[in-house]
Amino acid sequence: MTTTLEQAIGQSQHRSVLSRIMSLQVFWIFLAAVLACGALSVLTDTFATERNLFNVTRNFAFVAIIAIGMTTVIASGGIDLSVGASVVLSAVVVGATMEAGFPLWAAALFAIGAALLVGLVNGILIAFVGMPPFVVTLGMLSFARSMALVLSNNKMIYEFGPDHDLLLWLGGGSTFGIPHPVIVLVILTAVMSFVYNWTRWGQHVFAIGGNENAAVLTGIPVRGMKVSVYMFSAFTAGIAGILMVGWLGSVTTNLGTAMELTVIAAAVIGGANLAGGEGTVFGAVVGALLIEVIRNSLILLGISTFWQGAFIGCFIVIAVAFDRVRSWRGQG
Amino acid sequence: MVERLKLTGISKHFGAIRALHDVSLSVREGEVLGLMGDNGAGKSTLVKIIAGNFRPSSGDIELDGESRDFHHPKDAQRAGIEIVYQDLALCDNLTAASNVYLGRELRRSLGPLRIIDYGRMHRRAGELFALLKSETRPRDLVRKMSGGQRQAVAIARTLLADAKVVLMDEPTAAISVRQVAEVLELIRRLRDRGISVILISHRTPDVFGVSDRIAVLRRGELVACKPTANSSPEEVTGLITGAIEAA
Ligand SMILES: Nc1ncnc2c1ncn2[C@@H]1O[C@H](COP(=O)(O)OP(=O)(O)OP(=O)(O)O)[C@@H](O)[C@H]1O
Ligand SMILES: [Mg+2]
Repeated sequence: MTTTLEQAIGQSQHRSVLSRIMSLQVFWIFLAAVLACGALSVLTDTFATERNLFNVTRNFAFVAIIAIGMTTVIASGGIDLSVGASVVLSAVVVGATMEAGFPLWAAALFAIGAALLVGLVNGILIAFVGMPPFVVTLGMLSFARSMALVLSNNKMIYEFGPDHDLLLWLGGGSTFGIPHPVIVLVILTAVMSFVYNWTRWGQHVFAIGGNENAAVLTGIPVRGMKVSVYMFSAFTAGIAGILMVGWLGSVTTNLGTAMELTVIAAAVIGGANLAGGEGTVFGAVVGALLIEVIRNSLILLGISTFWQGAFIGCFIVIAVAFDRVRSWRGQG
Repeated sequence: MVERLKLTGISKHFGAIRALHDVSLSVREGEVLGLMGDNGAGKSTLVKIIAGNFRPSSGDIELDGESRDFHHPKDAQRAGIEIVYQDLALCDNLTAASNVYLGRELRRSLGPLRIIDYGRMHRRAGELFALLKSETRPRDLVRKMSGGQRQAVAIARTLLADAKVVLMDEPTAAISVRQVAEVLELIRRLRDRGISVILISHRTPDVFGVSDRIAVLRRGELVACKPTANSSPEEVTGLITGAIEAA
């Protein structure tokens, strides 16, 4: 009796690593991205240039950073439509305060603070007032973007006071040849992978997404957790906003428009389940990478960018369809 | 024997719904109390009040002679009250071990950080499943488990701490006959360790097989509470349906 039990346990542990990897959606997405890169290097002589790769990695870093926040929200069973608005709010705050003469560190604190406030309000309305995340964050999308317009008076900001060069270096520069947004992304990926897998906070995010009622009954502070999740999502948007200003060298109020959709697409392609309880940090990054590779390849291959949406749309559906097929097989 | 848990005049309203009305009940140390009643009689509500999920609209809860007011499931847990919920309250997307430890994950230090100690959680959960004679593997996702295995996960949770009172809301619903016998055996084992058990079940044979006393709720009111030996399945059925007014 006991031996069979132990044998059974042993077997489950020694299930082939390969089959486990192959059952991961993120593995196939990663493969698709790698194949696309390989094909592009062969088909074009522009893809594998240092300049293009530099651009690709930096462009995708912004989406990937926010996709990590979005994946966290989705894993907890929610959605955050206000991230694009948080990006522009953070960008306007950092731009306006620096223009007014504040040093970068202070301006960055204001910007992150503004983003966190957005997340806090989202979280309170969702967790304590009990409103649906879709509605709350849709309202916030409108509100925060409007605040950005009010604060900037819809004027472009391109003078950033005493720390002007520092800001441009932070967002647009590189260290050891790696663009700074990518460095931020790598750090965030490492930290959040750890948090997802090894901390109580991470476990509880997934528990809430898996069965919110069970989480409440077992005494997990679900409301506080939800507030922190939306604040984290807004935080990633705030960081991305500051970096984007440095990269572009100016703030315009159309920054981050429709970005929430790209970010959600990246998260979903990377394996985040909109029903909650599933998603990985690495998946979010790979999802964002795939979207950027598609975009870049269309440009390099001379295909009209109007096709971009069609390709991304197909990938979203394929990724989710793949997940369905896998769960049918799992049941069979 | 000492009175372990004593409820006095417990009432609970959900808006206009009167779920419980003036229920007074007690359980002694090492006693199994069977709690029966029709659907919607208020059984789950009563155990959720004891477990700190709801606060009673009025009434008093005493544990070991001391009046208690639980605001939170954690308060009740700390006082030694464990519960198996009717819908089991499991997260399908997590492993068996993570579910057993949900909300009280074991942690260890990693430098300045406190990280989850999966090794110890898997080992301890494995020991608990072995104790329950359940072929549940700590690392398996609950999504993939049978009804009996899920039950074992929910019950294993109550064995983590040194419980004084274990509340079980329909632990034998939706599992096989063999597994029912195992759950009943487990209840006896808890009792032998001096733990008080309140067992909610619709299955008369289970309640008569394991309980020392039987309490019957009907539309939120306690209509009977007597030693199992002095009652009969026929009487209990009559009490539940209202054919017998009270006993
Ligand atoms: N959270 C709640 N909000 C409103 N009404 C509730 C709530 N929980 C229970 N009730 C109501 O209280 C009454 C008692 O419900 P309860 O779940 O305690 O019954 P039960 O005896 O456990 O029934 P069953 O055998 O079906 O599990 C029912 O009328 C139910 O609709
Ligand atoms: Mg019930």
